[in-house]
Amino acid sequence: MSTILENPQALTLSNDEILRYSRHLIMPEVGMSGQLKLKAARVLCVGAGGLGSPLTLYLAAAGVGTLGLVDFDVVDYTNLQRQVIHSTSDVGRPKLQSAMEKLAAINPYINLRPFEARLSSDNALEIFRDFDIIADGTDNFATRYLVNDACVLSGKPNIYASIFRFEGQATVFAVKDGPCYRCLYPEPPPPGLVPSCAEGGVLGVLPGLLGIIQATEVIKLILGSGESLVGRLLLVDALAMRFRELRLRKDPDCPLCGTHPTVRELIDYNAFCGIRGEESTAGTRVPEIQPEELKRKLDAGEDVFILDVREPHEYQICNLGGYPIPLGDLPKRVNELDSSREIVAHCRSGVRSAKAVDFLRQAGFRKASNLAGGILAWADRVDPRVPKY
Amino acid sequence: MKVMIPTPLRQYAGKQASVEVPAGTVGEALSSLVSRNPELRKHLFNEDGKLRAFVNVYLNDEDIRYLNQESTRVQESDTISIVPSIAGGC
Repeated sequence: MSTILENPQALTLSNDEILRYSRHLIMPEVGMSGQLKLKAARVLCVGAGGLGSPLTLYLAAAGVGTLGLVDFDVVDYTNLQRQVIHSTSDVGRPKLQSAMEKLAAINPYINLRPFEARLSSDNALEIFRDFDIIADGTDNFATRYLVNDACVLSGKPNIYASIFRFEGQATVFAVKDGPCYRCLYPEPPPPGLVPSCAEGGVLGVLPGLLGIIQATEVIKLILGSGESLVGRLLLVDALAMRFRELRLRKDPDCPLCGTHPTVRELIDYNAFCGIRGEESTAGTRVPEIQPEELKRKLDAGEDVFILDVREPHEYQICNLGGYPIPLGDLPKRVNELDSSREIVAHCRSGVRSAKAVDFLRQAGFRKASNLAGGILAWADRVDPRVPKY
Repeated sequence: MKVMIPTPLRQYAGKQASVEVPAGTVGEALSSLVSRNPELRKHLFNEDGKLRAFVNVYLNDEDIRYLNQESTRVQESDTISIVPSIAGGC
């Protein structure tokens, strides 16, 4: 790494640090020179959530001398299942503050640099400037393309991992002569096609597994040892506990890092990903019924058929006694429904049921409407005994 | 030959993690896959019948873009992997 010996303060370790890093120092693969490289390194982690938690915890423990962290979000109760840098008492606090506290407690010898901001085309290059390695712990396509482009344009490696339910991907992008994210995926999927963790769920341990893989790659890159994941796409299936590898080539026609690049500055990534301000979903087009109105109708004895389009395992968590047909099965089971009846479709938050109503309306069900806000809104506003999940 | 189905697409392939298809080329294998699982078609191909840019197809460990695209010949012992873009990290 070119910056190893640029910072004179990195040339020594105090006695305390020597004791702290003893288990690194006694290994020839790290040793004193390796630990000094770690101390001189400046790593920026984007995201203090699922991936960011294990990533930053272990980089701090390892003695990465300057550790930057970018996050603008607030700790949510549902984060605690996997974002292990945050604890119950942090709910409601900015993630950055919560994370910084834990990292400083683990290792007071490192220089922590917080950036409480949403990474954007306006600030990314500036924020990246004082770091040598960037680790991508973000959770959406627009930011991933932004991080990638900013890394390639600034000449900094991008240690990448992404997760979905129980599968993950990891690699190292943007190393000179190596591929970048756009070499792998020139275009993002249309919005709404790939569910987020909030919509699709995620095995809590999964970001732990992938975040550690990222931290390992950061450390190897700093030390200059082992074989990095440059040019290798690691695919992790946590349920099968299978790790596969695919070859990742640098695309000579890549518009960003190829031989004739056309992308030379950061762009509007929301536009690139097809996100226009507020995403238009089926929910803005289908008729809705508010939970209070549904309750009124039911109490008045009106004939309302409640259709629950959630998955069976969700029905077991809580239900309104609705008729269960999971959204994916609706096309083939639509004949079980009576189009002459008033049908109110619901799911957890109102997104899937909006698609169901859209489908039903197009299939001729004129009396189908969507329960706005789903069973979550029902629990909030009508019946607090119904658990939220 | 085996086609590995990634998690985000398993719901459109009868929840299977992999599917056996007969094949001579990658294109034929994918055709066979989507004709048996029609809901997969729009996730893999756009209206012009081209593979979507956020879905990569690998023959064993090599991206077909660097082989012969969909004309790449396959053998019974080969594996095709479909690797879509995922972004979760939170």
